[in-house]
Amino acid sequence: MTRLLYFAWVKEKTGIASEDVELPESAGTVADVIAWLKTRGPEFENAFAQEETIRAAVDQTHARADASIAGAREIAFFPPVTGG
Amino acid sequence: MIRVQEGDFNIGEEIEALRKGSSGKVRTDIGAIVTFTGTVRDALREGAGEISAMTLEHYPGMTEKELARIEEEARSRWPLQASLIVHRVGTLLPGDNIVLVVTASAHREAAFEAARFLMDYLKTSAPFWKRETGPQGEHWVEAKDTDDQAAARWREE
Repeated sequence: MTRLLYFAWVKEKTGIASEDVELPESAGTVADVIAWLKTRGPEFENAFAQEETIRAAVDQTHARADASIAGAREIAFFPPVTGG
Repeated sequence: MIRVQEGDFNIGEEIEALRKGSSGKVRTDIGAIVTFTGTVRDALREGAGEISAMTLEHYPGMTEKELARIEEEARSRWPLQASLIVHRVGTLLPGDNIVLVVTASAHREAAFEAARFLMDYLKTSAPFWKRETGPQGEHWVEAKDTDDQAAARWREE
């Protein structure tokens, strides 16, 4: 199982903050996970519609779209950060 | 030192604590202390009207890791005697404090540079998101290209 987390407007669009999922075995990168998420219904399709603006973190470390998710326990998706 | 908290911070008390360190005696090896305070502005976007509140969301766990990583990098780049990052989360009002960065060094250049570096990196890599509440309802604050450019500058040097 892999824990998926959603923050800010990504969370609002998916309607959930976190979930534990069984990712398809074919999903090897962050981009693969996004592609799979988009098949899970209109909320997910809408949340990830502008894929290029969404940032990801694998096990709490920033990760690019082509980053491997092998062995990942936690993958988070969020908009570009705006703190400070 | 890094802290993420809902409550406010007192800049004077933070500086005094940092100057004293764990010994309780004022350190005499510090020659320069720089502080940066970020506060909630009542107008964020052109023509959007005054905002009535700002809510800061974050990614617990990753936020602390990122702030610690940023601080460690600053301390590897400049000879700092002490440093502090405090970032607030939750609902804040115009005029409220959001973030505090304090850097102490033997000389001012390192303290100024390190404070600037910490803020530039914090703006682009620490997982915080701002949501403003105003006349047009709630709105997520968009990231600025100028923040990315400011952070990128440190990688080019």
